[in-house]
Amino acid sequence: MPINYYIFLSLALFVIGIVGVLIRRNAIIIFMCIELMLNAVNLLLVAFSKMHNAVSGAVDATAGTEGQIFVFFIMVVAAAEVSVGLAIIVMMYRNVHSVDIGFLNRLKH
Amino acid sequence: MQNVLQIAWLIPFFPLLGFLITGLGRNKLSKGMTGIIGSGVIFISLLLSVWVFMQVKGGNAHDAYYFDFIKAGSINIPFEFRIDALSSLFLLIITGVGFLIHVYSTAYMHEENSSHYARYFSYLNLFVFSMLLLVMGGNYVVMFIGWEGVGLCSYLLIGYWFKNINYTAAANKAFIMNRIGDLGFLIAIFWLISKTGTASFTEVFSAKSLEALSQTDITVITLLLFVGATGKSAQIPLYTWLPDAMAGPTPVSALIHAATMVTAGIYMIARSNILYSMAPVTQNVVAYIGLATALLAATIALKQNDIKKVLAYSTVSQLGYMFIALGMGAYSAAVFHVMTHAFFKALLFLGAGSVIHAMSGEQDIRNMGGLSKKIKTTYFTFLVGTLAIAGFPFFSGFFSKDAILLATYGHNKTIYAFALLGAMLTGFYMFRLLLLTFHGSFRGTEEQKHHLHESPAAMTVPLIILAILSFAGGFIELPAVFGETANRLTQFLFSAVPLNTVHHVSHSMEWALMGLATGLVLVAVLFAYFKYRKYSATEEKGLGKVLENKWYVDELYDSIIVKPLNKLADFFDKVFESQVVDWIVNGAGKAVNYGSRQLRLLQSGHVGSYILLMVISMLLIFAWQFFIRK
Repeated sequence: MPINYYIFLSLALFVIGIVGVLIRRNAIIIFMCIELMLNAVNLLLVAFSKMHNAVSGAVDATAGTEGQIFVFFIMVVAAAEVSVGLAIIVMMYRNVHSVDIGFLNRLKH
Repeated sequence: MQNVLQIAWLIPFFPLLGFLITGLGRNKLSKGMTGIIGSGVIFISLLLSVWVFMQVKGGNAHDAYYFDFIKAGSINIPFEFRIDALSSLFLLIITGVGFLIHVYSTAYMHEENSSHYARYFSYLNLFVFSMLLLVMGGNYVVMFIGWEGVGLCSYLLIGYWFKNINYTAAANKAFIMNRIGDLGFLIAIFWLISKTGTASFTEVFSAKSLEALSQTDITVITLLLFVGATGKSAQIPLYTWLPDAMAGPTPVSALIHAATMVTAGIYMIARSNILYSMAPVTQNVVAYIGLATALLAATIALKQNDIKKVLAYSTVSQLGYMFIALGMGAYSAAVFHVMTHAFFKALLFLGAGSVIHAMSGEQDIRNMGGLSKKIKTTYFTFLVGTLAIAGFPFFSGFFSKDAILLATYGHNKTIYAFALLGAMLTGFYMFRLLLLTFHGSFRGTEEQKHHLHESPAAMTVPLIILAILSFAGGFIELPAVFGETANRLTQFLFSAVPLNTVHHVSHSMEWALMGLATGLVLVAVLFAYFKYRKYSATEEKGLGKVLENKWYVDELYDSIIVKPLNKLADFFDKVFESQVVDWIVNGAGKAVNYGSRQLRLLQSGHVGSYILLMVISMLLIFAWQFFIRK
């Protein structure tokens, strides 16, 4: 399969993620969109590392796994981030009974 | 050779040492100690100068290299001295006359309290130090250090009584006018270095660097050097500071007018004789400016009533003569006149100081008269000085003035005629001064009359020594008619001033010229005698009033330079500063203020809008990458 398919798929996922983050106000949805963006990048990383390996033609046990190692890192970091973020959202919900991110802004006025 | 190098640096070092000791110890030293140290260091320099003079007598020159002073890229300006016939002669004049003036000062300044007394001597030593540096310098840059030094010291000494605002103004005037000249000198040095890559005399005057200079370069450089000389040596247009410099103590005037400062310009041009001889245009300018100054100052001196002002204008006039000689290429005649002038002008100033001392501070000759009986020594020495400056036969001024007149006669008859006129004027005003001061009846107050007394020995002995020198100083350069012993100074200076033009005329002609000059001067003197034998003060009218007011030159400068500059400064102060500059400065402040107020709106706290901006910026960066930078 040509690399372009992967790129376009990842691009689509990433754009969906960005637009989601920008236009939605529900904190949970925003988190999901962030995850979507991260995974779009993960997909790209895996695809590129496989492609890179196929071109260079080196054959050993670790060939083509560099990108995948990155992917694991990103997943770990993302999981940590989400756990913190969700904790904040839970605290916020306890206080104001809402997960609307615009809600707390009203305190300014 | 090696000896000279080891000794030479001591000559300026001792006055510098004296400056430091008297300057730093001014609150601890007694007056006696100050006087001994201040005069002693100059005396040591005098002895060393005599020794150095003996070394270069045979016409050999020494370049004493001490250390690298300015070294950058291809430019190398070492700190070096050049000891040859010309500089050693000047060393003798400076230290010799300077020493006598120091001795005289010990008595003259006795009324000052000891710390000011020491301050005076430290300035005086610094003055001599700067002047020694100026004449010993082996390149234009070292010369310039001394040049600036004498400018500074003249400022300090003219403004010595700094509590009097007028004296301070006179000091400022001297300093500022000299700065104008210094600028010309400085540009000349830069020009020279940029064209030849060196400032050392030996290298500048070598064939290699003279080839690197075009005719235009030489003319411009010499003209700029002359601008420097007009400042220091008080020529038109920068001469007005010198008469005002009378604000300082009288010995200072003697030092400035005789041994230091004003001879600097002459020395510089004589030193650069090779350049000047290659620039006929400049030589003409120098000669005509000198002539104009000589006549202008002489006419002003006719009607001045302050004893020191008359002498000041006579200095300006005599300096004009030296410049005429330089313009004619008769460098040794100019140097000769510098020397004799140093003797008799120092004598006249110190004599005037003695008169002022006797009159308890009175300087107006209209209030003097009949002093010849009361202060005999002063009178007699002053008479010698007057005869010398008037060019009375066999006095020193006679020979030196004649050498200059001879050079002009062989070169340019018009200048000769005017120079003769100047000589007549000189005789006239000097005898007017002498007669008003010492003859007739006393016109001062009773109190002054009662107070009249001869000055102490520390003042009269230098006067007597200078009187002897003023009489005998001329015999070292007898005119050509005296055969074998003639022109010894010219021969001595030949090694340093090779391009000296000597005009030979027939012996009978020379006698005739001497006779003519002497006759005319005598006529002028007799005229003065009959006019001022019985003097009563009258109101000056017409031309006399113009002369009394110095041709209104100061007023002219005031109206064409000072006032417009003040107006301009006012305009800048009131209009430009408050409207334009402030508008720009405050505008910058306002713009920042306004801009930040607008930018504040961006910081809303909405995470969403931040991310939106981030995305837009990224898109712009991508667009930049793909569509513009290719």
